Amino acid sequence: MSLITLTGIGKSFKVAKRSAGFAEAVKALFVREHTIVEALRDISFTVREGEIVGYIGPNGAGKSTTIKIMCGVLVPDAGACSIMGFTPWKDRVRYVRHIGVVFGQRSQLWWDVPVIDSFELLRDIYAIPPGIYRKNLDMLTEMLSLADILCTPVRQLSLGQRMRCEIAASLLHDPAILFLDEPTIGLDAESKIAVRNFIRTINRERGVTVILTTHDMHDIEALAGRILMIGKGTLLYDGSLSELRSRYGTQKTITVDYKAGASPIDVPGVQCLSWSSGRAVYTFDSDRIDITDLINRLSAGGELADVEIGSPPVDELILQLYKEHRV
Amino acid sequence: MNAPLSLLKMRFLTGLQYRAAAAAGILTQLFFGLIFIMVYVAFYTHNGAAQPMSLKEVVAYVWLQQMFFALIVLWQFDVELFELITGGNIAYELCRPWRLYPIWYAKLLAARLSSASLRCLPVALVVFILPEPYRMPLPTSPAAFLLFTLALLSGLLLVAAISMLVYISVFWTMSPVGSVLMIAVAGEFFAGMIVPVPLMPGWMQTIAGLLPFRWTVDFPFRVYTGHIGVREALAGIGIQMIWLAALAAAGEWLMGRALRRVVVQGG
Repeated sequence: MSLITLTGIGKSFKVAKRSAGFAEAVKALFVREHTIVEALRDISFTVREGEIVGYIGPNGAGKSTTIKIMCGVLVPDAGACSIMGFTPWKDRVRYVRHIGVVFGQRSQLWWDVPVIDSFELLRDIYAIPPGIYRKNLDMLTEMLSLADILCTPVRQLSLGQRMRCEIAASLLHDPAILFLDEPTIGLDAESKIAVRNFIRTINRERGVTVILTTHDMHDIEALAGRILMIGKGTLLYDGSLSELRSRYGTQKTITVDYKAGASPIDVPGVQCLSWSSGRAVYTFDSDRIDITDLINRLSAGGELADVEIGSPPVDELILQLYKEHRV
Repeated sequence: MNAPLSLLKMRFLTGLQYRAAAAAGILTQLFFGLIFIMVYVAFYTHNGAAQPMSLKEVVAYVWLQQMFFALIVLWQFDVELFELITGGNIAYELCRPWRLYPIWYAKLLAARLSSASLRCLPVALVVFILPEPYRMPLPTSPAAFLLFTLALLSGLLLVAAISMLVYISVFWTMSPVGSVLMIAVAGEFFAGMIVPVPLMPGWMQTIAGLLPFRWTVDFPFRVYTGHIGVREALAGIGIQMIWLAALAAAGEWLMGRALRRVVVQGG
């Protein structure tokens, strides 16, 4: 059964416009020119309980707008949305009890006071029973290693520490769905991995459905079984990452290290990217060239020390997809 | 603890974090109180004609202004709320299981109560022991004091309802500067913050009577001094309630409209 259903969601914004210059600014004092920007057009998809869905797309594609509509923050101009039986913007107050939200570029913690004070305020706002609060706080403290920073004022935390606290804050009230809008933005490698592991764990162990937007394809690779891609306000792709790989990722690279001086080999359909006496890098289409055959032919050039076959990074796949749809 | 109470607690904690600001506030209040009273003393000494308020009443009026400044001054706005709207953090506000008008209203009350509580007592301790004519007089009767407390508290509710309209206007204007300046100048004057309403010319008193502002400052303070009698005070508290109901209803309705067209600034 689907937990989230969006049908034909559309949203446009009115944007005031004026050209540069003093005369234009004076003119804008009397006559405002507006353009209507269509942020979302006919967006429809469903999400099942327990899924992790990665929502990707270039800047300004409409990712955050979709998330905000699903959180009940924005009211769409067209379409219907049903999440756990609620219409987010109509049943907002009753609905938001069931969701947790992290907007990576904003903070929900009170800046001047220690983290634990913010958590206690959230406990009161959501009227979380003391037992459950205690249990969740202990679990989150342990999983996100917050013990040392709970008593520090938020303004003195590093970005990585703050993001861990933000995520903990969004889960104190046992939400069924977690919306993460760029949760790893600006984090270092260690914090990113900690955040990813945590998201995976709460999804697996507590069955929390996760919708996340990100620009970091490693997030998607590590987490999302399914990706939704949006560009210029329309949904362009809905499917798994491996499907995307098999569709666009047949191009592979092969790096060959030779033991002693070797001579370059020409194989039809294989392109040589670089060649030195010790190492050669080729690229080929794995649909058309058989890998065993290729290695056999390359070994004719000299004794092989090491062979490495690589897929192109997900980033490049996505870029290809963006290009194909001209977004 | 429920959400509004715990917001109040959070406010106090934040306020306590900035002790120097509170101390500076106390000194400012005392300084301005003394200056105002000096001006009135000069005015009353050199102007023989009978005035609608006695000097003693004016002194009480000035000190009440300074003591409860944070409670009733209209232009003390909560920057945090403006930033919620113009900076886009309204997104988080709307993800909480609460209705926005009541909770923002509670936030405004919390901000005023916490900042007043840090200043009121220290100022009171000083002004009750100052030498004459600067000393703060005691209330004329226990009844007057009780009614004053009621009138001051409903004045607080009223001023918060008025300022809610300013916050809501920012959903349309996206900058608090204009609405704050307009309401600050007009409201402060007609509330009697600059000159007590009875000292204004007649036509100006008529305008002040038509607006809600004088019920937040002029009315409670004159109840304290006994300038407004018991029966009149009871009727006045009724009028405060009517204004409060009207302004809160208007605010709630406008807030509903604003949220339907809300735009989260900054993506």
